[in-house]
Amino acid sequence: MSPFLTWLERSILHTRKRVGDHLMTQLLFFYFAGVIIVTAIYVIASRNPIYSALSLLVMFFHVAGLYVLLNAEFIAAIQVIVYAGAILVLYLFVVMLLNLRQEERYHRHFALGIFLGLVIFVEIVLAFAQTKFSGTQGDFTAAKLKELGDTQAIGQTMYTTYLFPFEVASLILLVAMVGAIVLAKKGIIEK
Amino acid sequence: MVPLSYYVMLSAVLFIIGVTGVLIRRNIIIILLSIELMLNATNINFVAFSHYLHAITGQVIVFFTLTVAAAEVAIGLAIIIALYRKKASLNVEEINRLKW
Repeated sequence: MSPFLTWLERSILHTRKRVGDHLMTQLLFFYFAGVIIVTAIYVIASRNPIYSALSLLVMFFHVAGLYVLLNAEFIAAIQVIVYAGAILVLYLFVVMLLNLRQEERYHRHFALGIFLGLVIFVEIVLAFAQTKFSGTQGDFTAAKLKELGDTQAIGQTMYTTYLFPFEVASLILLVAMVGAIVLAKKGIIEK
Repeated sequence: MVPLSYYVMLSAVLFIIGVTGVLIRRNIIIILLSIELMLNATNINFVAFSHYLHAITGQVIVFFTLTVAAAEVAIGLAIIIALYRKKASLNVEEINRLKW
């Protein structure tokens, strides 16, 4: 086989692989987006709060998948660990602790709520249609992120440029911890 | 490549679902879950822009959003438990002690 044919074969294979990846990314995006929207609707429509919380769990996993598509592996892992592992378990604990009876599901002004939601949606779409998304390109390209590692890039930025917000975040967590104990413990406020 | 506008639209739809959930539900736990939906919508936006503009800042801000969400859940659920002790109900329409 002549070198030209080898080159041709290789380039065809390469192109097919690239187109395949492209299609794969799009298919994955539409799968994730579809599941996210369906589960989100189920969260607000379900009668049973436990089903709502579990549906939210499925949504968190698919949002994490979306983050992986966007080359944000660290955020995807954090999404699963913190949102699905900690926040949602807290919700489930409270739902099961409170022994809910099945209450009437929707607010009296149900139709008004849906209407307001639609109005805000149309507003967002209109604003979106008039906006051209552009901005200064940073220097963290996909290739550089792959070479450096997503976690390392985030860490370097967070502990240098965003050191002060990071400290404030720890303060927020401290306040939340103290506040949650004070609010939920019996007899602290009454005394 | 999926265009950036798809991600922005997905995030808008998710945000609107959250807003609608806050408006139409009576159960206060579902209202908190809807707030989580809205926070996730903003996070998708941040990560998408961070990817398309090659800037890592968006992902750092998602980290901070996560912190705020965790704090919000801890305080919110503590308030819900305190309320349930007083009222034995999670219906927002019955929580009207500040009304005169």
